[in-house]
Amino acid sequence: MQPLVISHTALANSLGLGVSATMDALRSRRSGLAPCAFEDVDLETYIAKVEALDDFRVRADLSAWDCRNNRLAQLCLEQDGFAQAVELAKRKYGASRIGVFLGTSTSGILQTELAYRRLDPDTGALPPDFHYAETQNSYSLAGFVLRYLGLSGPSFVVSSACSSSVKVFANAQRMMAAGVCDAAVVGGTDSLCLSTLYGFNSLGLVSHQPCRPYDAERDGISIGEGAGFVLLEKAPAQVSPDAMLLLGVGESSDAYHMSTPHPEGLGARLAMQRALGSAGLQASDIDYINLHGTATKSNDASEGKAVADVFGASVPCSSTKGWTGHQLGAAGVTEAIIAMLAIEHNFLPGSINTRQLDPAIAIDYRIENGAGKVNRVLSNSFGFGGSNCSLVLGRKA
Amino acid sequence: MRVFVEGVGLLGPGLDGWPAGRAVLAGESAYQAAPTNLRSSDMLPAPERRRAGVPIKLALAVGQEAFLQSGRDTRTAATVFTSSGGDNDNAHAINGILATAPREVSPTRFHNSVHNAAAGYWCIAAGTHEPSTSLCAHDASFAAGLLESATQVAVDGAVVVLIAYDHPYPEPLHTVRPIAAPFGMALILTAQQTDKSLAAITVELVAGGASETTMQDAGLDALRRGVPAARGLPLLAALASGKPTQISLAWFADNHLKLGVTPC
Repeated sequence: MQPLVISHTALANSLGLGVSATMDALRSRRSGLAPCAFEDVDLETYIAKVEALDDFRVRADLSAWDCRNNRLAQLCLEQDGFAQAVELAKRKYGASRIGVFLGTSTSGILQTELAYRRLDPDTGALPPDFHYAETQNSYSLAGFVLRYLGLSGPSFVVSSACSSSVKVFANAQRMMAAGVCDAAVVGGTDSLCLSTLYGFNSLGLVSHQPCRPYDAERDGISIGEGAGFVLLEKAPAQVSPDAMLLLGVGESSDAYHMSTPHPEGLGARLAMQRALGSAGLQASDIDYINLHGTATKSNDASEGKAVADVFGASVPCSSTKGWTGHQLGAAGVTEAIIAMLAIEHNFLPGSINTRQLDPAIAIDYRIENGAGKVNRVLSNSFGFGGSNCSLVLGRKA
Repeated sequence: MRVFVEGVGLLGPGLDGWPAGRAVLAGESAYQAAPTNLRSSDMLPAPERRRAGVPIKLALAVGQEAFLQSGRDTRTAATVFTSSGGDNDNAHAINGILATAPREVSPTRFHNSVHNAAAGYWCIAAGTHEPSTSLCAHDASFAAGLLESATQVAVDGAVVVLIAYDHPYPEPLHTVRPIAAPFGMALILTAQQTDKSLAAITVELVAGGASETTMQDAGLDALRRGVPAARGLPLLAALASGKPTQISLAWFADNHLKLGVTPC
């Protein structure tokens, strides 16, 4: 693929607001996980929560869109000068030439979960303050961000569970290659809700302790919430050697099971190989891999096999979910931005909460933080339904 | 962008498969609304078939029909799924379960709640490891799916099956988001013309609103307006007519898709 310039990024998650809050937490090994205190959830687990959301409201003219997911989206758009960067891009390209392609798994479903507790006792009707299109519908996130930023280009939501917010890099790349738009806001937002907490719990995939990616005794995920946005632009004829680029994208399907990854990591391997192929790079060109690393028995075993097949044990790898929790539909973009931080700071993030590595997984998994020249990174995201996507990011080859 | 249509799948109220639906859409036989003939697909292994809700039945029926026409192996095509809502029966059930103790959401209910459940089941049934994406753009979901599919064909040279589906919510959500009936349609799109190609479609995103192409028959136009996935009906009507046709599809108020259909 023709590389695209990543001209701006923004983050908001349990580690704090803004990209530097995440970087600081990684450096100081401060996790965003805490014992679950969310609504009246009665599960013994840890979550990564954005505390600022409870008292936050979306911009007054968009009040119909007010829900936890869109609050988190707005909070993130307000960080790192992101909205201002989009404003500049608008002047450069025009509002109709900037696409909005965003990922979310559960959108504003919390709003519906809470509204079902307030059904009219006589008629069973939803309360009059419930706004379906603006909150529950999966498109809500893209509709909100489009309006907040004053854009009018093509917009949609990709909702493919935990791969959602990296899949959108592929959508944007194709739209720009086809000339449909000149720039794109991509990324995603997922916020805490009862559906995912109780749903993952029913599958036996929620840990009672802070999640321990790639640990021999890992026993499940810790659910988190977060948002991340990236402004993608076409690369100029002369790309600066410092420019951060989207170099490759690889997508695949497991065709195996709805909620269990392929045991041999077939889909994961295809996604990584296709991403390398799309970037025109070899496995040896990659300096760091940010793993999906959910800390379930099956994910880490399957992903570990796939990474060992493609990269052997020579590329430093880690999962950063011990810091952020599993942000589901927002995990992909968050981890892509963390992978870019590794490049900017020549920093190799380790893995918090991981104590004893699983000896059955033959990859160079890092528990401690490290330093080293990082030019190109790979970031993995895999979701329910066997939806896999890997990105290659970095400096010009 | 230009793509070729190589296979069509259709299942909706009074539109039971492409051969019968084509005749109705071409005006050769009258449209008579009837409950959508939902059925389980024999493509799925038995355990998955038991767990399949309405969207999966819709998606597999129309996808399978389109592939049978094209004669292609289902393992060789990328997939684009688009739906305003996903599994709306399941969403209602989960909200009900979470509103009352004990909050026991079954594993099957939970994994079917992801918007890409139909995509996941399709990939298992079709045995495909090709890329698959699952989109939502509320009332513009069909337009979004078509544009995404066209870019995959044009940029990646992929063979793509576009599968659009929607079905009604139970109350109380039906009142706030009325969807008229279960409806699904599929198109197999290719970059090159083949001996199976029915028509070429040019797809262009144009800034600004435009008056949408409507259906001549009042019942079919009610269906078009009543189901997001059925916004694709004017395209199917153009394919059915076998005549060159221009179509305008709204993408909210901001944009529209300009389609040109030329029979092969």
